[in-house]
Amino acid sequence: MMERALSILSKEKPQDGPLLQVEGLTKFYGARIGCADVSFDLWPGEVLGIVGESGSGKSTLLSCLAGHLSPDRGRVIYAGRDTVSMAEPERRMLGRTDWAFVHQNPRDGLRMGVSAGGNVGERLMAVGARNYGAIREAASDWLGRVEISPGRIDDRPRQFSGGMQQRLQIARNLVTGPKLVFMDEPTGGLDVSVQARLLDLLRGLVRDMGLAVIIVTHDLAVARLLAHRLMVMKDGRVIEAGLTDQVLDDPQAAYTQLLVSSVLQV
Amino acid sequence: MSDHAYNFAYLDEQTKRMIRRAILKGIAVPGYQVPFASREMPMPYGWGTGGVQVTAACLTPEDVLKVIDQGADDTTNAVSIRAFFARTAGVATTEATDQASVIQTRHRIPEAALTEGQILVYQVPIPEPLRFLEPRESETRRMHALEDYGLMHVKLYEDIARHGEIATSYAYPVKVEGRYVMDPSPIPKFDNPKLGGMAAIQLFGAGREQRIYALPPYCDVVSLDFEDHPFVASKADHACDLCGSEVSYLDEVIADDRGSRMFCCSDTDYCAGRRAAGHRGRLSPEEVA
Ligand SMILES: Nc1ncnc2c1ncn2[C@@H]1O[C@H](COP(=O)(O)OP(=O)(O)OP(=O)(O)O)[C@@H](O)[C@H]1O
Ligand SMILES: [Mg+2]
Repeated sequence: MMERALSILSKEKPQDGPLLQVEGLTKFYGARIGCADVSFDLWPGEVLGIVGESGSGKSTLLSCLAGHLSPDRGRVIYAGRDTVSMAEPERRMLGRTDWAFVHQNPRDGLRMGVSAGGNVGERLMAVGARNYGAIREAASDWLGRVEISPGRIDDRPRQFSGGMQQRLQIARNLVTGPKLVFMDEPTGGLDVSVQARLLDLLRGLVRDMGLAVIIVTHDLAVARLLAHRLMVMKDGRVIEAGLTDQVLDDPQAAYTQLLVSSVLQV
Repeated sequence: MSDHAYNFAYLDEQTKRMIRRAILKGIAVPGYQVPFASREMPMPYGWGTGGVQVTAACLTPEDVLKVIDQGADDTTNAVSIRAFFARTAGVATTEATDQASVIQTRHRIPEAALTEGQILVYQVPIPEPLRFLEPRESETRRMHALEDYGLMHVKLYEDIARHGEIATSYAYPVKVEGRYVMDPSPIPKFDNPKLGGMAAIQLFGAGREQRIYALPPYCDVVSLDFEDHPFVASKADHACDLCGSEVSYLDEVIADDRGSRMFCCSDTDYCAGRRAAGHRGRLSPEEVA
């Protein structure tokens, strides 16, 4: 049964090119630029970090990529399919199967009135899983993988700490084996020690599952730890892009130099 | 005799046309909630003003009307609504299920199989099956439009996780014609299997929430469940103490001032019919006496 649910997830043709191709993506809020002329390719298993100061357009870009906002211009091609022009039901289906979205605030990504097991099982049920025992087993397995005791499967997220809530949100997102994960400041609201543990966990999951990730962060330490490549944004535009170490150790744009040095002083 | 101070069946013709359009749309798209401009009725919302408006829009002078509340023809609510239409439409009324052409009901489907040509009108308090899971109307509409029903099973999952079984026993959600998830109104889940394949037209009216939906005759209706926790149409494990029926839905009632209990058919017409045909239950008066 679970196989039937999961088989829906893996029906697209074998992947040989980039997983995601973005061309000239532009979003305005009235006259104000949200993000402008963003283009890049993302390969399967690749982790792309998006950094930049507050208001530089990181969240706007991420929302356009994930189909939560519709861009004014540009194309987003996922596994050969244009996700900007595709019909809403198809895009939603992608959102439940191939994609995952981890919000900064777990409250935005969890159902607070539903048990941990129900939160993790929802995506499975949304794609047709109808065997209670199998759903519960998958949920229990995933709680373990994000270091939450399976004994807490029937507890509500309210009874969890901030770090546990964030790990629950990750389990809920990864249970259907997505290929591409969007994350907006996933460690944002957490204490430093809790952050470190979460980052460790994320790194392991990304590696084991071969996930492609686009992660927005203003924390360059997080970027250095997780991202293979970085894009630096300013005023809605990408002003520098490259391998993470290159960008952080040898920044070219004056703005990136400032960004890097200001962090190094902290 | 109809009271000529009112238009036939109380509502004006334009309003009835508007409601009929919503009904026809509902029949054309089974299980889909059609918005309609609900009118003030001369009774409180809790009395089923949605059902009353649907009934008013369906009635013709030749109709024979039956009204039941929890299966009974003789509760205040049922008596008042029946009297309301007897007065405003002058239609004949009956308590016999097989004599009625229109049956307005609250919380039950009659035990006797309904036939082609009959209309069953349900009073609905909350038409949206997703409401308790997703309070935003804009979002529930989108979920219906996109058939995004994972949340419905989350509710059943939570039931099993908490109670060991699907504890929902009233207003048990169904999927209609493989498309829309629908709240069948607070009928006991015992009645769910009768929703599908029924020969009569089934109309659902929610007054306060301003929604009408429908099941055309012989419609496909499936109660949601899990493979390993299948839907079960349960009832109290007793026979009716008055007529002895072992297959009808039973109410548990306090029989005397010492608090002793008895079970009897919730469908009073069905029970009376069986007794008239000579069936007897454990506490049938003849035997007690
Ligand atoms: N809903 C909105 N309506 C109008 N303007 C918006 C809206 N959301 C964002 N903006 C504007 O778009 C620009 C980019 O905002 P965005 O939220 O994408 O930045 P960000 O890089 O994610 O910032 P932060 O690090 O603070 O989260 C900003 O100028 C912002 O004020
Ligand atoms: Mg942001």
